[in-house]
Amino acid sequence: MASPAVQEEEGVNVKEVVLGHLSDAYEWHILTWNGRHVSIPLPVIVRGHEGQWHCFSSARFHEAEDHKVNGFYIDNERNGKIYESVPDGTTIRPLDLSITKNVVQLWIVVILMISIFTCTARWYKHKKPEDEAPGGFVGMMEMLVMSLQDDLIRPSVGEAHYRKYSPFLLTAFFFIFITNLLGLIPIFPGGANITGNINITFFLAICTFLMINLFGNKEYWKEIFWPPVPTWLKVPVPMMPVIELFGIFTKPFALMVRLFANMMAGHAIILSITCIIFITSQVGVAIGAPMSVASLVMMIFMNALELLVAFIQAYVFTMLSAVFIGMAHPAHHE
Amino acid sequence: MLSINLPSILTPDAGLLFWMLLAFLVVFFFVAKYGFPAIINMVDERKKYIDQALAKAHEANEKLMGIQQESQQLIKQARQEQADIIRQAQETAKGIIQQASVKAQEEGAARLKDVQQQIMAEKENALREIRQTVATLSVKIAEKVIQKELSSQEAHQVFITKLVDEALDEKDK
Repeated sequence: MASPAVQEEEGVNVKEVVLGHLSDAYEWHILTWNGRHVSIPLPVIVRGHEGQWHCFSSARFHEAEDHKVNGFYIDNERNGKIYESVPDGTTIRPLDLSITKNVVQLWIVVILMISIFTCTARWYKHKKPEDEAPGGFVGMMEMLVMSLQDDLIRPSVGEAHYRKYSPFLLTAFFFIFITNLLGLIPIFPGGANITGNINITFFLAICTFLMINLFGNKEYWKEIFWPPVPTWLKVPVPMMPVIELFGIFTKPFALMVRLFANMMAGHAIILSITCIIFITSQVGVAIGAPMSVASLVMMIFMNALELLVAFIQAYVFTMLSAVFIGMAHPAHHE
Repeated sequence: MLSINLPSILTPDAGLLFWMLLAFLVVFFFVAKYGFPAIINMVDERKKYIDQALAKAHEANEKLMGIQQESQQLIKQARQEQADIIRQAQETAKGIIQQASVKAQEEGAARLKDVQQQIMAEKENALREIRQTVATLSVKIAEKVIQKELSSQEAHQVFITKLVDEALDEKDK
């Protein structure tokens, strides 16, 4: 990871700072104090070229003189990922299952979600239907889950199948929502840019893709390969089938890019606005002070907006997934 | 290897994907098994319970309405019966009175007739007695008168002749 502190002497490199904060890292950087980095080292798990697994703390990269551990080193030129120097002189990217900052953040989300829903589910354990409806936090969770299922998933997927898909869609919603919210917290338990990482949104989109296509019914496939359009659009040149087939992949692709771009852009804007403070204070106090105030106001606005976006993006992802799944279950046309 | 150096957030990363898969599967299986069903089932059951309660309340309300109607009908019926009974009683009373009066009249008439008959009989008896008494009296008077008259021979003779004449006259007529 490119450290912002290094560049600070010759001016703030906004692009480096922003990308650095958005990127994954092998340590959880908390702050830089007088040129010293305070960060939580995280375990590195890599498989070397000879097929052997290596597991060590990322702090050893700093301790080692040449910043190399067993031939592994962090290549700042190539996204700050771990590369391995092979005896023949070349460098290769090893199979890297390190517990990075994003992975830690992921598991924090997992633990948070499990504890939230354990707490919620425990309330219901000894209750009967004739008991009073829950209030407070449990009531909020019930309201969220039920409104998502009844107002979003049910009409989008359709009455016949929505129960089968609602666990996945609800999980996706809460996963994205909680991850988005944690991403807005600038310090330790949050702050990693998870949903603004293409790998995460790619995975979520793949899940939706599988949900759509694995359980699509006969009618769905018929509409792709033999859509109800004039025959000359299908034979001899299968124009519509090709377009429809292409559509199978563009739908989840759009989901992936939408979530990624929105979250990444939000983080980037907030970080860029933060950078204004450092850039203008280098120019002088006269311009730095008012600009800092302006930046602060804008930051508050952007954070409020991102709070909204965090919900909207989770909602939109769930809604579109539900709609696509619903489209894979068209009613049988006579 | 990539020809252009994309930022890491745009670069596919097997490690992150692997952990994401694991994390998502863990959270999915946990939440889908223990989290959502608890909430959704409870809400469904509560919905069912509320629906049932509503249906029951509706039914009870209808029953109550039925009972009310029934009771009203009963009251109406009872009132009518009451009126009927009163009317019948009145009619019976009237009938009895009428009957009684008729009977009384009849009896009166019968007694009157008896009394009249008795009176007639008594009258006849009395008349008879009077006649007898008059006859005897007249005989006695006649005896006395005759006894007195016969004292004088001539007058006696005259009288007898006169009687005979009269009797003869009557016979002629």
